[in-house]
Amino acid sequence: MKYAARRIAMLLLTMVIVSLLAFVAFDIISGDPATAMLGTQATPEKIEALREEMGLNRPLVVRYGEWLLGFFTGNLGTSYSYKLPVWQLIAPKVGITLCLSVISFLLIVVISIPLGVRSARYAGGRLDGAGTAINQLGMAVPPFFTGILLTWLFSTTLHWFIHGQFPELTKNPAGALKYLLFASVSIAIPRVAMTVRMLKSTILGEMQKNYVRTAISRGNDRKGVLYRHVLKNALVPVVTFLAQTMAEIVAGGIVVEQVFAIPGLGRLLVASIANRDYPVVQAIVVILAFWVVLAGTIADLINQQIDPRLQLGGDA
Amino acid sequence: MLEIRDLHVKFHNSNREAVGGVSYTIEDGEIQGLVGESGSGKTVTAMSIAGLLPRKQCSYSGQILLDGMDLLHADRNELRKIHGRHIGVVFQEPMSSMNPLMKVGHQVEEVLLLHTNMTAEERRRKAIETLDQVELNNPEEVYEKYPHELSGGMLQRAMIAAAIIIRPKLLLLDEPTTALDVTIQAQILELLKRLNKEYDASMLFISHNLNVVRKLCTEVAVMQRGLLVEEGKTEQVFYNPQHEYTKRLIAAIPTRNKRKEEC
Repeated sequence: MKYAARRIAMLLLTMVIVSLLAFVAFDIISGDPATAMLGTQATPEKIEALREEMGLNRPLVVRYGEWLLGFFTGNLGTSYSYKLPVWQLIAPKVGITLCLSVISFLLIVVISIPLGVRSARYAGGRLDGAGTAINQLGMAVPPFFTGILLTWLFSTTLHWFIHGQFPELTKNPAGALKYLLFASVSIAIPRVAMTVRMLKSTILGEMQKNYVRTAISRGNDRKGVLYRHVLKNALVPVVTFLAQTMAEIVAGGIVVEQVFAIPGLGRLLVASIANRDYPVVQAIVVILAFWVVLAGTIADLINQQIDPRLQLGGDA
Repeated sequence: MLEIRDLHVKFHNSNREAVGGVSYTIEDGEIQGLVGESGSGKTVTAMSIAGLLPRKQCSYSGQILLDGMDLLHADRNELRKIHGRHIGVVFQEPMSSMNPLMKVGHQVEEVLLLHTNMTAEERRRKAIETLDQVELNNPEEVYEKYPHELSGGMLQRAMIAAAIIIRPKLLLLDEPTTALDVTIQAQILELLKRLNKEYDASMLFISHNLNVVRKLCTEVAVMQRGLLVEEGKTEQVFYNPQHEYTKRLIAAIPTRNKRKEEC
Protein backbone atom coordinates (compact mmCIF):
# COMPACT_ATOMS: atom_id res chain seq x y z
CA MET A 1 0.00 0.00 0.00
CA LYS A 2 2.86 2.31 0.83
CA TYR A 3 4.31 1.54 -2.55
CA ALA A 4 1.02 2.34 -4.29
CA ALA A 5 0.71 5.65 -2.45
CA ARG A 6 4.24 6.61 -3.43
CA ARG A 7 3.59 5.65 -7.02
CA ILE A 8 0.43 7.77 -7.17
CA ALA A 9 2.25 10.72 -5.62
CA MET A 10 4.86 10.36 -8.35
CA LEU A 11 2.12 10.33 -10.96
CA LEU A 12 0.72 13.62 -9.68
CA LEU A 13 4.17 15.20 -9.57
CA THR A 14 4.84 14.08 -13.14
CA MET A 15 1.54 15.58 -14.25
CA VAL A 16 2.37 18.94 -12.66
CA ILE A 17 5.72 18.98 -14.48
CA VAL A 18 4.15 17.95 -17.79
CA SER A 19 1.45 20.60 -17.50
CA LEU A 20 4.03 23.24 -16.66
CA LEU A 21 6.09 22.27 -19.69
CA ALA A 22 3.05 22.24 -21.93
CA PHE A 23 2.05 25.67 -20.69
CA VAL A 24 5.43 27.36 -20.77
CA ALA A 25 6.49 25.85 -24.09
CA PHE A 26 3.54 27.36 -25.92
CA ASP A 27 4.18 30.66 -24.26
CA ILE A 28 7.78 30.71 -25.46
CA ILE A 29 7.14 29.53 -29.01
CA SER A 30 7.05 32.50 -31.31
CA GLY A 31 3.71 33.38 -32.88
CA ASP A 32 1.20 35.57 -31.11
CA PRO A 33 -2.33 34.14 -31.02
CA ALA A 34 -3.78 37.65 -31.04
CA THR A 35 -1.97 38.44 -34.27
CA ALA A 36 -3.07 35.14 -35.75
CA MET A 37 -6.72 35.75 -34.85
CA LEU A 38 -6.80 39.21 -36.33
CA GLY A 39 -5.08 38.12 -39.49
CA THR A 40 -4.87 40.84 -42.13
CA GLN A 41 -6.83 43.36 -40.05
CA ALA A 42 -4.13 43.50 -37.41
CA THR A 43 -3.03 46.91 -36.22
CA PRO A 44 -0.80 47.36 -33.16
CA GLU A 45 -3.71 48.91 -31.22
CA LYS A 46 -6.12 46.11 -32.09
CA ILE A 47 -3.54 43.46 -31.16
CA GLU A 48 -2.88 45.15 -27.85
CA ALA A 49 -6.59 45.38 -27.10
CA LEU A 50 -7.14 41.72 -27.93
CA ARG A 51 -4.16 40.62 -25.85
CA GLU A 52 -5.64 42.50 -22.92
CA GLU A 53 -9.07 40.92 -23.52
CA MET A 54 -7.57 37.39 -23.73
CA GLY A 55 -5.57 37.94 -20.56
CA LEU A 56 -2.26 37.40 -22.33
CA ASN A 57 -0.69 40.43 -20.68
CA ARG A 58 -0.88 39.01 -17.18
CA PRO A 59 2.17 37.28 -15.64
CA LEU A 60 2.87 33.70 -16.71
CA VAL A 61 2.61 32.26 -13.21
CA VAL A 62 -0.88 33.69 -12.70
CA ARG A 63 -2.10 32.34 -16.02
CA TYR A 64 -0.59 28.89 -15.31
CA GLY A 65 -2.21 28.73 -11.90
CA GLU A 66 -5.61 29.63 -13.28
CA TRP A 67 -5.29 27.15 -16.07
CA LEU A 68 -4.19 24.31 -13.74
CA LEU A 69 -7.19 24.99 -11.50
CA GLY A 70 -9.33 24.79 -14.62
CA PHE A 71 -8.59 21.05 -14.89
CA PHE A 72 -10.39 20.46 -11.61
CA THR A 73 -13.26 22.88 -12.20
CA GLY A 74 -13.80 22.01 -15.87
CA ASN A 75 -12.95 25.50 -17.05
CA LEU A 76 -10.05 25.20 -19.46
CA GLY A 77 -10.56 28.54 -21.16
CA THR A 78 -11.99 29.30 -24.57
CA SER A 79 -10.78 28.03 -27.90
CA TYR A 80 -9.37 30.87 -29.98
CA SER A 81 -10.61 29.59 -33.28
CA TYR A 82 -13.94 27.96 -32.36
CA LYS A 83 -14.94 30.48 -29.68
CA LEU A 84 -16.22 27.57 -27.60
CA PRO A 85 -15.21 26.47 -24.11
CA VAL A 86 -12.25 24.11 -24.55
CA TRP A 87 -13.82 21.39 -22.43
CA GLN A 88 -16.99 21.38 -24.49
CA LEU A 89 -14.90 21.04 -27.62
CA ILE A 90 -12.70 18.25 -26.29
CA ALA A 91 -15.07 16.09 -24.22
CA PRO A 92 -16.78 14.16 -27.07
CA LYS A 93 -13.43 13.61 -28.78
CA VAL A 94 -11.83 12.27 -25.61
CA GLY A 95 -14.50 9.58 -25.59
CA ILE A 96 -13.78 8.59 -29.19
CA THR A 97 -10.00 8.47 -28.75
CA LEU A 98 -10.38 6.61 -25.46
CA CYS A 99 -12.52 3.97 -27.20
CA LEU A 100 -10.02 3.70 -30.05
CA SER A 101 -7.10 3.26 -27.66
CA VAL A 102 -8.86 0.78 -25.40
CA ILE A 103 -10.03 -1.38 -28.31
CA SER A 104 -6.52 -1.36 -29.80
CA PHE A 105 -4.99 -2.24 -26.45
CA LEU A 106 -7.43 -5.09 -25.80
CA LEU A 107 -6.75 -6.48 -29.27
CA ILE A 108 -3.02 -6.38 -28.59
CA VAL A 109 -3.28 -8.12 -25.21
CA VAL A 110 -5.84 -10.73 -26.22
CA ILE A 111 -4.00 -11.71 -29.39
CA SER A 112 -0.34 -11.35 -28.50
CA ILE A 113 -0.15 -13.12 -25.13
CA PRO A 114 -1.56 -16.49 -26.22
CA LEU A 115 0.32 -16.19 -29.51
CA GLY A 116 3.60 -15.34 -27.76
CA VAL A 117 3.26 -18.31 -25.39
CA ARG A 118 2.53 -20.63 -28.32
CA SER A 119 5.41 -19.38 -30.41
CA ALA A 120 7.73 -19.98 -27.46
CA ARG A 121 6.34 -23.49 -26.96
CA TYR A 122 6.87 -24.41 -30.58
CA ALA A 123 10.15 -22.53 -31.01
CA GLY A 124 12.46 -24.52 -33.24
CA GLY A 125 9.50 -26.41 -34.69
CA ARG A 126 8.40 -26.64 -38.31
CA LEU A 127 6.23 -23.51 -38.25
CA ASP A 128 8.74 -21.42 -36.33
CA GLY A 129 10.39 -19.97 -39.44
CA ALA A 130 7.08 -19.04 -41.04
CA GLY A 131 5.93 -17.47 -37.77
CA THR A 132 9.05 -15.35 -37.56
CA ALA A 133 8.62 -14.19 -41.16
CA ILE A 134 4.98 -13.18 -40.59
CA ASN A 135 6.06 -11.46 -37.40
CA GLN A 136 8.72 -9.42 -39.22
CA LEU A 137 6.17 -8.40 -41.81
CA GLY A 138 3.70 -7.34 -39.14
CA MET A 139 6.31 -5.21 -37.46
CA ALA A 140 7.43 -3.59 -40.69
CA VAL A 141 4.01 -2.40 -41.89
CA PRO A 142 3.16 1.07 -40.54
CA PRO A 143 -0.39 1.58 -39.20
CA PHE A 144 -1.28 4.29 -41.74
CA PHE A 145 -0.54 1.89 -44.58
CA THR A 146 -2.64 -0.97 -43.16
CA GLY A 147 -5.22 1.72 -42.48
CA ILE A 148 -5.37 2.62 -46.17
CA LEU A 149 -5.56 -1.06 -47.15
CA LEU A 150 -8.34 -1.77 -44.64
CA THR A 151 -10.29 1.28 -45.80
CA TRP A 152 -10.02 0.16 -49.39
CA LEU A 153 -11.04 -3.41 -48.56
CA PHE A 154 -13.80 -2.91 -46.01
CA SER A 155 -15.15 0.49 -47.00
CA THR A 156 -14.59 1.01 -50.73
CA THR A 157 -15.01 -2.63 -51.75
CA LEU A 158 -17.11 -4.41 -49.12
CA HIS A 159 -19.00 -1.37 -47.75
CA TRP A 160 -18.84 -2.64 -44.14
CA PHE A 161 -18.39 0.93 -43.02
CA ILE A 162 -18.67 4.25 -44.78
CA HIS A 163 -15.38 6.09 -44.71
CA GLY A 164 -15.77 9.66 -43.51
CA GLN A 165 -19.17 9.10 -41.91
CA PHE A 166 -18.34 8.36 -38.31
CA PRO A 167 -21.54 7.56 -36.36
CA GLU A 168 -21.96 9.58 -33.20
CA LEU A 169 -20.72 7.63 -30.20
CA THR A 170 -23.71 8.44 -28.00
CA LYS A 171 -26.41 7.90 -30.64
CA ASN A 172 -25.08 4.84 -32.43
CA PRO A 173 -22.48 3.21 -30.18
CA ALA A 174 -22.46 -0.12 -32.06
CA GLY A 175 -21.83 1.58 -35.38
CA ALA A 176 -19.14 3.81 -33.90
CA LEU A 177 -17.36 0.87 -32.29
CA LYS A 178 -17.49 -1.07 -35.55
CA TYR A 179 -15.94 1.91 -37.32
CA LEU A 180 -13.25 2.17 -34.64
CA LEU A 181 -12.50 -1.55 -34.82
CA PHE A 182 -10.98 -1.23 -38.28
CA ALA A 183 -8.74 1.60 -37.15
CA SER A 184 -7.78 -0.42 -34.04
CA VAL A 185 -6.70 -3.36 -36.15
CA SER A 186 -4.28 -1.20 -38.10
CA ILE A 187 -2.87 0.24 -34.88
CA ALA A 188 -2.64 -3.19 -33.23
CA ILE A 189 -0.86 -5.20 -35.95
CA PRO A 190 2.72 -3.95 -35.47
CA ARG A 191 2.39 -3.87 -31.67
CA VAL A 192 1.03 -7.42 -31.63
CA ALA A 193 4.05 -8.52 -33.65
CA MET A 194 6.43 -6.77 -31.25
CA THR A 195 4.74 -8.12 -28.12
CA VAL A 196 4.74 -11.68 -29.49
CA ARG A 197 8.43 -11.49 -30.28
CA MET A 198 9.22 -10.00 -26.91
CA LEU A 199 7.18 -12.56 -24.97
CA LYS A 200 8.72 -15.39 -26.96
CA SER A 201 12.29 -14.28 -26.31
CA THR A 202 11.59 -13.61 -22.63
CA ILE A 203 10.08 -17.07 -22.18
CA LEU A 204 12.98 -18.73 -23.99
CA GLY A 205 15.40 -16.77 -21.82
CA GLU A 206 13.62 -17.85 -18.64
CA MET A 207 13.73 -21.47 -19.84
CA GLN A 208 17.53 -21.39 -19.47
CA LYS A 209 17.35 -20.53 -15.78
CA ASN A 210 18.22 -22.89 -12.95
CA TYR A 211 14.74 -23.03 -11.45
CA VAL A 212 13.48 -24.57 -14.69
CA ARG A 213 15.97 -27.41 -14.22
CA THR A 214 14.62 -27.88 -10.70
CA ALA A 215 11.06 -27.95 -12.02
CA ILE A 216 11.97 -30.62 -14.58
CA SER A 217 13.75 -32.67 -11.92
CA ARG A 218 10.47 -32.80 -10.00
CA GLY A 219 8.72 -34.40 -12.96
CA ASN A 220 7.03 -31.41 -14.59
CA ASP A 221 6.24 -31.73 -18.26
CA ARG A 222 6.78 -28.86 -20.70
CA LYS A 223 3.32 -27.48 -20.02
CA GLY A 224 3.83 -27.57 -16.26
CA VAL A 225 7.17 -25.83 -16.54
CA LEU A 226 5.73 -23.17 -18.83
CA TYR A 227 2.47 -22.38 -17.08
CA ARG A 228 3.32 -23.03 -13.45
CA HIS A 229 6.83 -21.59 -13.43
CA VAL A 230 8.04 -19.67 -16.45
CA LEU A 231 5.03 -17.62 -17.55
CA LYS A 232 4.74 -15.57 -14.38
CA ASN A 233 8.47 -14.82 -14.48
CA ALA A 234 8.23 -13.76 -18.13
CA LEU A 235 5.30 -11.41 -17.57
CA VAL A 236 7.05 -8.60 -15.72
CA PRO A 237 8.96 -7.17 -18.70
CA VAL A 238 5.93 -7.75 -20.91
CA VAL A 239 3.66 -5.71 -18.65
CA THR A 240 6.17 -2.86 -18.77
CA PHE A 241 6.30 -3.19 -22.53
CA LEU A 242 2.51 -3.06 -22.75
CA ALA A 243 2.52 0.22 -20.84
CA GLN A 244 4.89 1.64 -23.46
CA THR A 245 2.52 0.24 -26.05
CA MET A 246 -0.24 2.33 -24.52
CA ALA A 247 1.86 5.43 -25.21
CA GLU A 248 2.55 4.26 -28.74
CA ILE A 249 -1.14 3.70 -29.38
CA VAL A 250 -1.89 7.27 -28.42
CA ALA A 251 0.85 8.62 -30.68
CA GLY A 252 0.00 6.27 -33.54
CA GLY A 253 -3.68 7.05 -33.10
CA ILE A 254 -3.14 10.65 -34.21
CA VAL A 255 -2.10 9.47 -37.66
CA VAL A 256 -4.66 6.69 -37.89
CA GLU A 257 -7.48 9.08 -36.99
CA GLN A 258 -6.47 11.11 -40.01
CA VAL A 259 -6.46 8.07 -42.29
CA PHE A 260 -9.88 6.87 -41.13
CA ALA A 261 -11.33 10.37 -40.75
CA ILE A 262 -12.21 9.71 -37.12
CA PRO A 263 -13.12 12.94 -35.29
CA GLY A 264 -10.96 12.17 -32.27
CA LEU A 265 -8.40 14.07 -30.23
CA GLY A 266 -5.68 13.46 -32.80
CA ARG A 267 -7.45 15.31 -35.58
CA LEU A 268 -8.41 18.15 -33.27
CA LEU A 269 -4.80 18.36 -32.09
CA VAL A 270 -3.42 18.59 -35.60
CA ALA A 271 -6.00 21.24 -36.58
CA SER A 272 -5.41 23.24 -33.40
CA ILE A 273 -1.65 23.28 -33.84
CA ALA A 274 -2.14 24.63 -37.36
CA ASN A 275 -4.46 27.38 -36.01
CA ARG A 276 -2.23 28.22 -33.04
CA ASP A 277 -5.23 27.45 -30.84
CA TYR A 278 -3.08 27.09 -27.74
CA PRO A 279 -5.75 26.47 -25.08
CA VAL A 280 -6.95 23.44 -27.04
CA VAL A 281 -3.43 22.16 -27.76
CA GLN A 282 -2.36 22.51 -24.13
CA ALA A 283 -5.39 20.67 -22.85
CA ILE A 284 -4.95 17.82 -25.31
CA VAL A 285 -1.23 17.50 -24.56
CA VAL A 286 -1.96 17.23 -20.84
CA ILE A 287 -4.74 14.69 -21.37
CA LEU A 288 -2.54 12.50 -23.58
CA ALA A 289 0.36 12.78 -21.13
CA PHE A 290 -1.93 11.80 -18.27
CA TRP A 291 -3.05 8.76 -20.24
CA VAL A 292 0.56 7.65 -20.82
CA VAL A 293 1.73 8.28 -17.26
CA LEU A 294 -1.35 6.51 -15.89
CA ALA A 295 -0.55 3.44 -18.03
CA GLY A 296 2.99 3.39 -16.62
CA THR A 297 1.73 3.66 -13.06
CA ILE A 298 -0.80 0.87 -13.53
CA ALA A 299 1.92 -1.33 -15.07
CA ASP A 300 4.17 -0.73 -12.06
CA LEU A 301 1.39 -1.59 -9.66
CA ILE A 302 0.58 -4.80 -11.57
CA ASN A 303 4.26 -5.81 -11.68
CA GLN A 304 4.56 -5.26 -8.00
CA GLN A 305 1.71 -7.72 -7.50
CA ILE A 306 3.38 -10.28 -9.77
CA ASP A 307 6.87 -9.97 -8.31
CA PRO A 308 7.09 -9.52 -4.53
CA ARG A 309 10.77 -8.59 -4.86
CA LEU A 310 9.77 -5.26 -6.41
CA GLN A 311 8.31 -4.17 -3.10
CA LEU A 312 11.84 -3.90 -1.81
CA GLY A 313 12.90 -1.88 -4.83
CA GLY A 314 9.99 0.47 -4.24
CA ASP A 315 11.54 1.79 -1.05
CA ALA A 316 14.61 3.08 -2.84
CA MET B 1 19.57 -50.26 -6.61
CA LEU B 2 21.27 -47.85 -9.01
CA GLU B 3 23.65 -49.34 -11.48
CA ILE B 4 25.56 -47.43 -14.14
CA ARG B 5 27.01 -49.55 -16.92
CA ASP B 6 29.62 -48.18 -19.27
CA LEU B 7 28.16 -44.68 -19.52
CA HIS B 8 29.48 -42.55 -22.37
CA VAL B 9 28.35 -38.96 -22.95
CA LYS B 10 29.76 -36.68 -25.62
CA PHE B 11 28.48 -33.19 -26.35
CA HIS B 12 28.31 -32.26 -30.01
CA ASN B 13 30.21 -29.02 -29.46
CA SER B 14 33.17 -30.72 -27.79
CA ASN B 15 35.89 -33.04 -29.08
CA ARG B 16 36.32 -34.93 -25.84
CA GLU B 17 33.88 -37.27 -24.15
CA ALA B 18 32.45 -35.61 -21.03
CA VAL B 19 31.96 -39.07 -19.58
CA GLY B 20 34.05 -41.80 -21.15
CA GLY B 21 32.88 -45.17 -19.92
CA VAL B 22 31.83 -45.01 -16.29
CA SER B 23 30.43 -48.01 -14.44
CA TYR B 24 29.48 -48.15 -10.82
CA THR B 25 26.71 -48.99 -8.40
CA ILE B 26 24.99 -47.45 -5.43
CA GLU B 27 23.52 -49.86 -2.92
CA ASP B 28 20.36 -49.29 -0.90
CA GLY B 29 20.84 -46.82 1.92
CA GLU B 30 24.39 -45.96 0.92
CA ILE B 31 25.85 -42.48 0.72
CA GLN B 32 28.14 -42.52 -2.26
CA GLY B 33 30.51 -39.64 -2.84
CA LEU B 34 31.58 -38.57 -6.31
CA VAL B 35 34.58 -36.26 -6.38
CA GLY B 36 36.69 -34.64 -9.02
CA GLU B 37 37.68 -31.21 -10.24
CA SER B 38 35.45 -29.11 -12.45
CA GLY B 39 35.13 -30.59 -15.90
CA SER B 40 35.84 -34.10 -14.65
CA GLY B 41 32.37 -35.27 -15.69
CA LYS B 42 30.83 -35.69 -12.25
CA THR B 43 27.95 -33.30 -12.87
CA VAL B 44 27.27 -34.72 -16.32
CA THR B 45 27.07 -38.17 -14.71
CA ALA B 46 24.57 -36.87 -12.18
CA MET B 47 22.53 -35.09 -14.86
CA SER B 48 22.38 -38.33 -16.84
CA ILE B 49 20.95 -40.08 -13.80
CA ALA B 50 18.46 -37.29 -13.19
CA GLY B 51 17.41 -37.29 -16.83
CA LEU B 52 18.46 -33.66 -17.24
CA LEU B 53 20.85 -34.38 -20.08
CA PRO B 54 20.01 -32.22 -23.11
CA ARG B 55 19.52 -35.26 -25.35
CA LYS B 56 19.53 -33.36 -28.62
CA GLN B 57 22.89 -31.75 -27.91
CA CYS B 58 24.85 -34.88 -27.10
CA SER B 59 25.35 -38.50 -27.98
CA TYR B 60 25.26 -41.09 -25.22
CA SER B 61 25.46 -44.82 -24.71
CA GLY B 62 25.48 -47.35 -21.91
CA GLN B 63 22.83 -48.01 -19.28
CA ILE B 64 21.63 -46.38 -16.09
CA LEU B 65 19.48 -48.89 -14.24
CA LEU B 66 17.27 -47.81 -11.37
CA ASP B 67 15.84 -51.02 -9.95
CA GLY B 68 16.19 -52.58 -13.37
CA MET B 69 14.70 -49.75 -15.44
CA ASP B 70 16.99 -48.06 -17.94
CA LEU B 71 16.79 -44.29 -17.35
CA LEU B 72 19.20 -43.34 -20.10
CA HIS B 73 16.99 -44.55 -22.93
CA ALA B 74 13.54 -44.29 -21.36
CA ASP B 75 11.13 -41.98 -23.12
CA ARG B 76 10.21 -38.60 -21.65
CA ASN B 77 6.79 -39.68 -20.35
CA GLU B 78 8.27 -42.65 -18.52
CA LEU B 79 11.02 -40.49 -17.07
CA ARG B 80 8.59 -37.91 -15.73
CA LYS B 81 7.07 -40.58 -13.50
CA ILE B 82 10.53 -41.27 -12.07
CA HIS B 83 11.62 -37.64 -11.66
CA GLY B 84 10.78 -36.31 -8.27
CA ARG B 85 8.94 -39.53 -7.35
CA HIS B 86 11.91 -41.92 -7.20
CA ILE B 87 14.83 -39.52 -7.73
CA GLY B 88 15.08 -36.26 -5.82
CA VAL B 89 17.68 -33.67 -6.77
CA VAL B 90 19.25 -30.88 -4.75
CA PHE B 91 21.26 -28.38 -6.75
CA GLN B 92 24.21 -26.18 -6.02
CA GLU B 93 22.77 -22.67 -5.71
CA PRO B 94 19.54 -22.68 -3.75
CA MET B 95 18.75 -19.06 -4.62
CA SER B 96 18.68 -19.56 -8.37
CA SER B 97 17.35 -23.11 -8.19
CA MET B 98 14.09 -21.89 -6.68
CA ASN B 99 11.42 -20.12 -8.66
CA PRO B 100 11.65 -16.54 -7.35
CA LEU B 101 7.92 -15.86 -7.79
CA MET B 102 6.54 -18.97 -6.10
CA LYS B 103 6.07 -19.36 -2.38
CA VAL B 104 8.62 -21.69 -0.84
CA GLY B 105 5.86 -23.93 0.51
CA HIS B 106 4.35 -24.41 -2.93
CA GLN B 107 7.72 -25.42 -4.31
CA VAL B 108 8.30 -27.86 -1.47
CA GLU B 109 4.96 -29.58 -2.09
CA GLU B 110 5.10 -29.51 -5.90
CA VAL B 111 6.25 -33.12 -6.09
CA LEU B 112 3.09 -34.16 -4.24
CA LEU B 113 0.99 -32.17 -6.68
CA LEU B 114 2.64 -33.93 -9.62
CA HIS B 115 2.81 -37.49 -8.28
CA THR B 116 -0.03 -37.98 -5.80
CA ASN B 117 -3.75 -37.28 -5.51
CA MET B 118 -3.42 -35.45 -2.21
CA THR B 119 -5.67 -32.45 -1.62
CA ALA B 120 -4.23 -28.98 -1.22
CA GLU B 121 -4.69 -29.14 2.55
CA GLU B 122 -2.97 -32.52 2.83
CA ARG B 123 -0.09 -31.27 0.74
CA ARG B 124 0.24 -28.19 2.87
CA ARG B 125 0.33 -30.22 6.07
CA LYS B 126 2.90 -32.61 4.62
CA ALA B 127 5.06 -29.70 3.41
CA ILE B 128 5.04 -28.05 6.83
CA GLU B 129 5.86 -31.38 8.46
CA THR B 130 8.80 -31.87 6.07
CA LEU B 131 10.05 -28.29 6.58
CA ASP B 132 10.05 -29.13 10.27
CA GLN B 133 12.04 -32.32 9.60
CA VAL B 134 14.79 -30.37 7.86
CA GLU B 135 15.02 -28.32 11.06
CA LEU B 136 13.57 -25.06 9.83
CA ASN B 137 12.07 -22.98 12.63
CA ASN B 138 8.48 -21.76 12.22
CA PRO B 139 7.70 -23.99 9.24
CA GLU B 140 4.24 -22.38 8.84
CA GLU B 141 5.89 -19.03 8.28
CA VAL B 142 8.58 -20.42 5.99
CA TYR B 143 5.81 -22.01 3.92
CA GLU B 144 4.38 -18.57 3.11
CA LYS B 145 7.72 -16.92 2.31
CA TYR B 146 9.19 -16.17 -1.10
CA PRO B 147 12.77 -17.36 -1.77
CA HIS B 148 14.28 -13.87 -1.53
CA GLU B 149 13.00 -13.62 2.05
CA LEU B 150 15.12 -16.56 3.24
CA SER B 151 18.87 -17.02 3.69
CA GLY B 152 20.91 -19.40 1.54
CA GLY B 153 21.13 -22.01 4.28
CA MET B 154 17.39 -21.90 4.95
CA LEU B 155 16.66 -22.16 1.24
CA GLN B 156 18.92 -25.18 0.86
CA ARG B 157 17.05 -26.86 3.73
CA ALA B 158 13.81 -26.07 1.91
CA MET B 159 15.28 -27.53 -1.30
CA ILE B 160 16.16 -30.68 0.60
CA ALA B 161 12.64 -30.77 2.02
CA ALA B 162 11.25 -30.46 -1.51
CA ALA B 163 13.43 -33.35 -2.68
CA ILE B 164 12.63 -35.73 0.20
CA ILE B 165 8.96 -34.90 0.81
CA ILE B 166 7.82 -37.96 -1.13
CA ARG B 167 10.69 -40.20 0.12
CA PRO B 168 12.43 -40.97 -3.18
CA LYS B 169 14.70 -44.01 -3.37
CA LEU B 170 17.63 -41.92 -4.53
CA LEU B 171 18.72 -38.44 -3.62
CA LEU B 172 21.13 -36.70 -5.97
CA LEU B 173 23.06 -33.93 -4.27
CA ASP B 174 24.99 -31.80 -6.75
CA GLU B 175 27.43 -29.75 -4.63
CA PRO B 176 24.61 -28.81 -2.26
CA THR B 177 26.90 -27.10 0.24
CA THR B 178 29.36 -25.36 -2.06
CA ALA B 179 27.53 -22.05 -2.12
CA LEU B 180 27.07 -21.97 1.67
CA ASP B 181 29.41 -20.80 4.38
CA VAL B 182 31.27 -23.32 6.51
CA THR B 183 29.07 -23.46 9.62
CA ILE B 184 25.91 -23.81 7.53
CA GLN B 185 27.70 -26.43 5.46
CA ALA B 186 28.37 -28.53 8.56
CA GLN B 187 24.73 -28.26 9.65
CA ILE B 188 23.49 -29.37 6.25
CA LEU B 189 25.84 -32.37 6.29
CA GLU B 190 24.54 -33.40 9.72
CA LEU B 191 21.00 -33.07 8.40
CA LEU B 192 21.78 -35.28 5.40
CA LYS B 193 23.35 -37.93 7.63
CA ARG B 194 20.31 -37.89 9.87
CA LEU B 195 17.89 -38.19 6.95
CA ASN B 196 19.91 -41.07 5.54
CA LYS B 197 19.62 -42.96 8.82
CA GLU B 198 15.98 -42.09 9.39
CA TYR B 199 14.53 -43.30 6.17
CA ASP B 200 17.29 -45.21 4.51
CA ALA B 201 17.58 -43.19 1.32
CA SER B 202 20.46 -43.79 -1.03
CA MET B 203 22.39 -40.64 -1.78
CA LEU B 204 24.83 -39.64 -4.45
CA PHE B 205 26.81 -36.72 -3.13
CA ILE B 206 28.78 -34.79 -5.73
CA SER B 207 31.49 -32.46 -4.54
CA HIS B 208 34.94 -31.17 -5.28
CA ASN B 209 35.49 -30.79 -1.55
CA LEU B 210 37.15 -33.95 -0.23
CA ASN B 211 36.77 -32.96 3.41
CA VAL B 212 33.02 -32.77 3.04
CA VAL B 213 32.89 -36.11 1.28
CA ARG B 214 35.00 -37.68 3.97
CA LYS B 215 32.60 -36.52 6.68
CA LEU B 216 29.50 -37.75 4.96
CA CYS B 217 30.09 -40.64 2.60
CA THR B 218 30.65 -44.33 3.20
CA GLU B 219 31.83 -44.97 -0.35
CA VAL B 220 33.64 -42.65 -2.67
CA ALA B 221 34.41 -42.58 -6.38
CA VAL B 222 37.00 -40.29 -7.95
CA MET B 223 36.57 -38.96 -11.47
CA GLN B 224 39.14 -37.39 -13.73
CA ARG B 225 38.62 -36.36 -17.36
CA GLY B 226 35.42 -38.31 -17.72
CA LEU B 227 36.83 -41.50 -16.27
CA LEU B 228 36.42 -43.20 -12.93
CA VAL B 229 39.96 -43.53 -11.66
CA GLU B 230 39.35 -44.95 -8.21
CA GLU B 231 36.51 -46.12 -6.01
CA GLY B 232 36.07 -47.85 -2.70
CA LYS B 233 35.32 -47.37 1.01
CA THR B 234 35.95 -43.76 1.96
CA GLU B 235 38.51 -44.53 4.64
CA GLN B 236 40.37 -46.92 2.37
CA VAL B 237 40.59 -44.38 -0.44
CA PHE B 238 41.72 -41.64 1.91
CA TYR B 239 44.37 -43.60 3.79
CA ASN B 240 45.62 -45.73 0.99
CA PRO B 241 44.97 -44.03 -2.34
CA GLN B 242 46.04 -46.13 -5.31
CA HIS B 243 45.76 -43.74 -8.21
CA GLU B 244 48.20 -40.88 -8.75
CA TYR B 245 45.39 -38.34 -9.24
CA THR B 246 43.70 -39.34 -5.98
CA LYS B 247 47.00 -38.98 -4.15
CA ARG B 248 47.39 -35.47 -5.49
CA LEU B 249 43.84 -34.55 -4.57
CA ILE B 250 44.34 -35.77 -1.01
CA ALA B 251 47.68 -34.02 -0.70
CA ALA B 252 45.94 -30.80 -1.69
CA ILE B 253 43.55 -30.90 1.30
CA PRO B 254 44.53 -28.12 3.70
CA THR B 255 45.17 -29.47 7.22
CA ARG B 256 46.26 -27.91 10.49
CA ASN B 257 49.71 -29.50 10.35
CA LYS B 258 50.40 -28.31 6.88
CA ARG B 259 49.44 -24.78 7.74
CA LYS B 260 51.93 -24.83 10.60
CA GLU B 261 54.66 -25.98 8.27
CA GLU B 262 53.90 -23.15 5.92
CA CYS B 263 54.12 -20.55 8.67
